[in-house]
Amino acid sequence: MRWIWIDKFVEFESGKRAVSIKNVSMAEEHLHDHFPGYPVMPAPLLIEAMAQTSGILVGEARDFKEKVILAKVNKAIFYMEARPGDQLRLEATVENLAAEAATISGRITRGDELLAEIGLMFSHIDQNMGGMEFPEENFVFDNDQFMDLLRGYKVDSAKE
Amino acid sequence: MSMSREEIYDKVSEILVEALGVDDDEISEGATLMGDLGAESIDFLDIVFQLEKSFGIKIPREELFPAENLQNNPDLVSDGKLTEVGVAQLKSSMPHVDFTEFEKDPDLNKIPDLFQVKSIINYIEGKVNS
Repeated sequence: MRWIWIDKFVEFESGKRAVSIKNVSMAEEHLHDHFPGYPVMPAPLLIEAMAQTSGILVGEARDFKEKVILAKVNKAIFYMEARPGDQLRLEATVENLAAEAATISGRITRGDELLAEIGLMFSHIDQNMGGMEFPEENFVFDNDQFMDLLRGYKVDSAKE
Repeated sequence: MSMSREEIYDKVSEILVEALGVDDDEISEGATLMGDLGAESIDFLDIVFQLEKSFGIKIPREELFPAENLQNNPDLVSDGKLTEVGVAQLKSSMPHVDFTEFEKDPDLNKIPDLFQVKSIINYIEGKVNS
């Protein structure tokens, strides 16, 4: 099983931008310890949610032919905490998309409040690592659950 | 569009502060990207992206940082050092780089030191004022 950290896509413009939703729930066990009596979604997991949203955006832009890995967190500024019961909206916009890599800028909001600004860089590793071999099973796009997120979005948006 | 060296320096400095998480007082024309400013390989791509955007130019990938392809060629490298031919080739592919120090001891391990802040400024100057 692979770890899915976003719930669904609500907007998806190929090669340009994507918006996903993450519902923060007290049913997530790590919130029981982070922190006892004061549950807060850990900031690195906000980055993870943005990385999943934008990783799929970047992968889809090249028909999932590239192995896309998160190479660098260019920016991560957190303004407010994410708490159980919050519905987070993760908006990723492609800044650069080239043969070897891509960068995105991301905003995480809750209603009209800005929680975080996150900039990420992804590497298309086959274009960068001089022919090094990487195991297939480590890659997100071979995973059905991730692809289901995108399929789910396409089904939903076709109904509207 | 013509730009002065100071204008270019200011913009490049802004990009390096952002991309490498350094303070602007750490940046000088002679600072090396890897040694002094702590750049890693992925940062080079990031910097190229930012330069393209900020100056509205296209940077062919092997033009600004072309040294990576030399190492496996025995005509160009021998005993961990660049041969005369190797140095000549590197020089011609990087006209924006200052080779004065490197030529005295063209050790492969010193190639990263070739990439100084002024190499980027020279390169951009050549691009935007041509």
